[in-house]
Amino acid sequence: MLKQLRPAIVSLVVLTILTGLAYPLLVTGISQVLFNYQANGSIIRDAQGNALGSELIGQQFDAPQYLWGRLSATGPLPYTAFNGETLTGSSGSNLGPLNPALEEAVQGRIDALREADPANTLPIPVDLVTASGSGLDPHVSPAAAEYQVTRIAEARDISADQVRQVIAKYTEGRTLGLFGEPRVNVLRVNLELDGKIS
Amino acid sequence: MNVWSYAQYALFLAIVIALVWPAGAYLARVFAAERTLLDPLLRPIERLIYRAAGVDAREEMSWQQYAVSFVLFSAGGTLLLYALLRLQPGLHPADPAFAPVPLAPDLAMNTAISFATTTTWQAYGGETTMSYWSQMVGLAAQNFLAGAAGLAVGMAFIRGLARQVSGTVGNFWVDLTRATLWVLLPIALIGALVLVWQGVPANFSPYQPVALLQPLQNAEGQAVTQQIIPQGPVAALELIKNLGTNGGGFFNVNAAHPYENPTPLTNLIELLAIVVLPAGLTATFGRMVGNQRHGWLLLAVMVTLFVAGLAICDWAEQAGNPRVAALGVDILPGGHSGGNMEGKETRFGIGGSVLAAITTSNGATGSYNSMHASYTPIGGAVALVNMLLGELVFGGLGTGIYSIILVALIGLFIGGLMVGRTPEYLGKQITVPEIKLVALATTIAPLTVLLLSALAIATPWGRGALYDPQVAYTSIFNPGPHGFTEVFYAYASAFANNGQNFASLGANNPFYNITLALAMMVGRFGLAIPALALAGLFAQQRRKPASIGALPLDTPLFALLTLGTILLVSALNYIPMLALGPLIEHLLMVGVAN
Repeated sequence: MLKQLRPAIVSLVVLTILTGLAYPLLVTGISQVLFNYQANGSIIRDAQGNALGSELIGQQFDAPQYLWGRLSATGPLPYTAFNGETLTGSSGSNLGPLNPALEEAVQGRIDALREADPANTLPIPVDLVTASGSGLDPHVSPAAAEYQVTRIAEARDISADQVRQVIAKYTEGRTLGLFGEPRVNVLRVNLELDGKIS
Repeated sequence: MNVWSYAQYALFLAIVIALVWPAGAYLARVFAAERTLLDPLLRPIERLIYRAAGVDAREEMSWQQYAVSFVLFSAGGTLLLYALLRLQPGLHPADPAFAPVPLAPDLAMNTAISFATTTTWQAYGGETTMSYWSQMVGLAAQNFLAGAAGLAVGMAFIRGLARQVSGTVGNFWVDLTRATLWVLLPIALIGALVLVWQGVPANFSPYQPVALLQPLQNAEGQAVTQQIIPQGPVAALELIKNLGTNGGGFFNVNAAHPYENPTPLTNLIELLAIVVLPAGLTATFGRMVGNQRHGWLLLAVMVTLFVAGLAICDWAEQAGNPRVAALGVDILPGGHSGGNMEGKETRFGIGGSVLAAITTSNGATGSYNSMHASYTPIGGAVALVNMLLGELVFGGLGTGIYSIILVALIGLFIGGLMVGRTPEYLGKQITVPEIKLVALATTIAPLTVLLLSALAIATPWGRGALYDPQVAYTSIFNPGPHGFTEVFYAYASAFANNGQNFASLGANNPFYNITLALAMMVGRFGLAIPALALAGLFAQQRRKPASIGALPLDTPLFALLTLGTILLVSALNYIPMLALGPLIEHLLMVGVAN
């Protein structure tokens, strides 16, 4: 047993330096050179270089002129109160399928959508009234975006087709035509609608 | 049923099966120290490590020496990680938005054991707890080293069956070093760069504040105008956590986080990283024991169980939650993925989420990309059953192969008794000492999982404030049978060294930190040491030509016998628990019971 003590300690130290220091530094260094935008969090910037958000991290919207994502008003607000005292990290709701709080939350989101657009009586796509896994989902489904088109157009006093054009611009299809789901980037649509990016 | 989901499942499995042979052959070459393309670069580093560590690469170990080395190395890793987590504030190099504090002793202990056993159960949220330094030197390094140690034990087990009249099973330090240098590091490096290209961050910047496009009000009515987005060397952890079948994420929500898993392509790559090496080990095994067909049959058993899990989970999740549908919500696919989207990300939909649930629960890897606590009762039960089967469908890196063979040996033993012959496996007789070890490894799982679950359910410490307002913390979050499943799921996951959870369980308190750490240790060493002992016994035996009446190992009959044994053993052990949790909940959900 004692005979294996030296190899145990030395292997642990050397391999920890190799995999815990050299490797992360190498990956980060190469990434900073080759993929600078992605490596630094895919931050969208305006012409002056101000950070407007990350294309991968959702923001919450509940005003009628914006496309709403999956961070509906009833949930917590991830990453908006991130300081030393109140650390809010990423989180799903973790509500079980029969938890009454789940029905309450879904009903709350349905009510908010109906209240903002009483004329719209179409069935609501499920992704728009459920919480995402991360609480930060940057996307909604094309159906969930289409559901909101008339409301956004009316609130902004533009035509529905103009809204649809912006949505189409930020809609991604399945990867390689097969993997994942078609999706709309909520923040980018709203930034373009506000004229912050084009 | 959604054809897009099934197309993804089929292509995923096709890629895995296509990679089994090349991956298996490469592993066989690496651990036989045969020549590979990477030798010119890695041989000098390897020699340097051996010289510093005082290792003679030609010296072979008995199974006892091998087991002692494995345990010593794991203990060292645990202590080092514990120290790093306790000393955290003095060590972090960057300036994140929050000030990391030392982890509480019970949390640091739980986390250290968790990562050193490849469980990577996380009772903490990464971005609010860990400094960049802890994520790298502490967690990323253990992801490599614990994974490599598991692979080493798997190789020693295979050698035990491949050798005859031999007192040794290999050299742990050599296997560990070669697993790290030749297998994990090169694949992780290339994979990590592909992930960054797709959007996974790799930086040491402080957390990034951005102004919200639409300012909001929080629950207290105060204005919220900005969002603070955590950064960090995410890519360095992201691929190896899957490749080493560990699964502990950089962020709280693991692979559901858009920074950990930004696109369907990263989802595919991360899931392949979990499965390809453990699947390849079936080919390594077949090649080394000289019965390639037998290796393929083991793979066939794995794929059968994998597909069955996919089909059931997909059906349950795509059917969705009738209570949500009753509110007037559209849960049929068409312009959106439909189904049960609570806790799932839009970019993965039902297909990409279910594929990840089945892959991670079978692959001893906790890196789920959707919240299993919000799955339908049957959907969540599939992931639970996969862990209870014993992580033998692909399973953990190196550990999956001995897990499935241990169960196959029970099948052969029972089969042998039925026809009245001494059972044998690959020309080795399964006599009393061997079957004792197999029996030990088989009973230790239900003993640990069931006893600890019972303890948690039966005591106020485990139930928490839901039942007992006097207790300061809430552990069980969801009411009804779901809360029961939360607890059972946690111990099943810890013992399986998986690490995924129903995240609704409030597990960061001394009771869960201590009992779960115990389950992790028993699950790791309680299987690895009997497996090594078995390898030692088999290595000593001379290989006899197959006797008449011995069950042929390269026919579908063997595959069926193994499949039946796997299902029988776990069914006998766990059906009452499954009935109390997911089954009742399902009946309640569809309205059969009230």
